[in-house]
Amino acid sequence: MTSASWGLRIAAFLCIFFLHFPLFIIVLYAFTTDDKTYAFPPPGLTLHWFTVAAGRADIWAALWLSVQTALLATAIALVLGTMVAAAMYKAKFWGKESITLLFILPIALPGIVTGIALLSTIRRVNLEPGVLTMVIGHATFCIVTVFNNVVARLRRLSQSQLEASADLGADSWQTFRFVVLPSISTALLAGGLLSFALSFDEVIVTTFTAGTDQTLPIWFLNELFRPRDRPITNVVALFVIAVTLIPILLVQRLTQAGEDLHGGGKTS
Amino acid sequence: MIRRASGVLHGRPWLGLLLLLIPPLLWMGIIYMGSLVNLLLYSFYALDDFTGQIKFEPTLATLQQLFTSSSNVDIVQRTFVMSLVVTIACALLAFPIAYFMAFHTKGNSKAFWILLVLLPLWSSYLVRVYAWKLLLAKEGIISWFFDTLGIRFVLDWILTLPIIGGFSLSSSYLGMFLVFVYVWLPYMILPIQASLERVPKSLLQASSDLGAKPNQTFWKVLLPLTVPGIAAGSIFTFSLTLGDYIIPGVIGAPGFFIGQMVYTQQGTAGNIPLAAAFSLVPIVIIGLYLALAKRWGAFDAL
Repeated sequence: MTSASWGLRIAAFLCIFFLHFPLFIIVLYAFTTDDKTYAFPPPGLTLHWFTVAAGRADIWAALWLSVQTALLATAIALVLGTMVAAAMYKAKFWGKESITLLFILPIALPGIVTGIALLSTIRRVNLEPGVLTMVIGHATFCIVTVFNNVVARLRRLSQSQLEASADLGADSWQTFRFVVLPSISTALLAGGLLSFALSFDEVIVTTFTAGTDQTLPIWFLNELFRPRDRPITNVVALFVIAVTLIPILLVQRLTQAGEDLHGGGKTS
Repeated sequence: MIRRASGVLHGRPWLGLLLLLIPPLLWMGIIYMGSLVNLLLYSFYALDDFTGQIKFEPTLATLQQLFTSSSNVDIVQRTFVMSLVVTIACALLAFPIAYFMAFHTKGNSKAFWILLVLLPLWSSYLVRVYAWKLLLAKEGIISWFFDTLGIRFVLDWILTLPIIGGFSLSSSYLGMFLVFVYVWLPYMILPIQASLERVPKSLLQASSDLGAKPNQTFWKVLLPLTVPGIAAGSIFTFSLTLGDYIIPGVIGAPGFFIGQMVYTQQGTAGNIPLAAAFSLVPIVIIGLYLALAKRWGAFDAL
C-alpha cells in the first residue's frame, strides 16, 4: 500500500464533505429561531420548536401509523424472506435465477412503477387503500432485504454442523431449531432492522397505497411541497434522521463491516 | 405435528423446498407480478371522452397519446437526458473516492470509510431532499457563501445561462441536477469500490513491469476492469432518477418529469390508463439497460 497523492486525498475528503454537509445543515436548522425563511446563518438558536413539535397531535398520529406499518411489513418480510433464503441457499434447481430476479424486481424497478402497479390492482379489486394496502406494498420490497441478509449467513453456515446434528439423531425440525436458528439470529435481526428502516422512511410506494392515511413521510412530503410549519418540519427532519440511523448503526455492529448493508435493497 | 411433518420430509428434500417456496412465490406472483400485468392491461384502456370514466375495452389510444403528443415526448426526453447526465456525473465523482477507499484504506479504516458513505445513503431520502431546499434557497447557505466571498455575480451569471439557469438555484435544472447527484452518489461509490477491490494487484504490477506508464496502466488495465462496477452503480442512479417524482416537484424548473406525470395522472386527473402508459417507459428503458449492463458484467458486481 503506497500513500495516496494529495490530489486523491483531497478529492476523497471533499466527497465525504459533500455527502455529510447537508445532514449537518438539518441538525443546525432544527435549532433556528427563524420561522419564515430558510435564512443562513440562523438569526438565533432555540429549543422552542422541539416543544411545539412534541405537542402536535397530527405528528404523533403519523408517527404511530408509520411504526405500525413498518412493524407489520417487517414481520411479513421476515417470514417470507427467511423461507426463500432457506430454500435457495444451497439447492440448485430449474428456474432459480428467475426466482431471484422476481424478488429483486421491486427494488430494481423505480418505486413509482411498484406504486402505480399496486394502485391499479387495488382499484381493480375495489380494495380501500389504507394500512392493509400499505403493509402489503412495503412487505413486497422488504422481502429481498431479509433474504439478502439471511442467505449470506446461511452460505457461511458449515454443512458439517448440519450433518453432525443429523448424525446425532436430530430430525430436521430440531436441526433448524437448535443449530440453524441460533446461527442466523443476528442476520434475522439485521434484516428486520433494515426492513423497518426501509419501510419507516418509504414514501413513493406509500403515496400510492396509503389512500387518505398519513404516515410520517407523507406528512413530511406535504410540508416539502407546501411549507406551512417550517420550524416544526426542521425538528421532524432531525427526528427522522435519528430514527432511521439507529437501526443502521446497530446493523453495522451486527454484521461484519456492514457487508450486508451494501445497497441492501435501499432504493426509493 | 412438526415432528411428524419433518419425518415425512426426511428423504424428500424437494418437498421441503416446495413447501418453503410456495408461500413467498404466491405472494410475489399474485400481488407483485399480478399488479405489473394489471398495470400493463390498464395502459390498453382509455378514458371515455364524455364521462371521464375508464372504459375497460382494449384500445391503443392511450399509448398513441404517449408517443404523438409533443408535450409527452418532451417529458420522456427531459427525464432520459437528466438520468443520463446524473449517471455520468455520479460516475466521475465516485471514482476518486472509490479508488482511495480501495487502494489506500484497510481494516478498520476501510470499514469506517464505508460507514461514512453508507450513512447518508440510509438517512431519510425526504430529509436529504429537504436539506437541499435549505441549501439552495435564495436566502440559503449557497447564496450566503457567494455573497460572503464577494462573488455573487458568478452565481447570478450561472443562473442566466440557458437551460440550466433559472430564477434561483432551487428553481433551476442545475439545482435539480445537484440534488439528484447528491442523493444517488453513494449507490455509485460502493459498487465501483467493490470492483476496484477485486482487481488483482499483480496485474497492475505486471503492467508497470512491462513498461506501462501509470496513466497507461490506469486507462488500459484498471479502468476496463472496473466497468462492471460502474455499470452496476449506474443501474441504480439511472433507474432511480428515471422514476423519481419528488425531487423534480420540490426543486427545479417547471417542466414535468415521467414520475410527476404518473403521479398527477393517477391522482388529480384520475387517468390511471395514461399513468400506466407513462410508467411503461421506465420499465422498457430499464429492461434494455439491464440487458446492456448484463453484457458489461454488472450482475457479478452487485
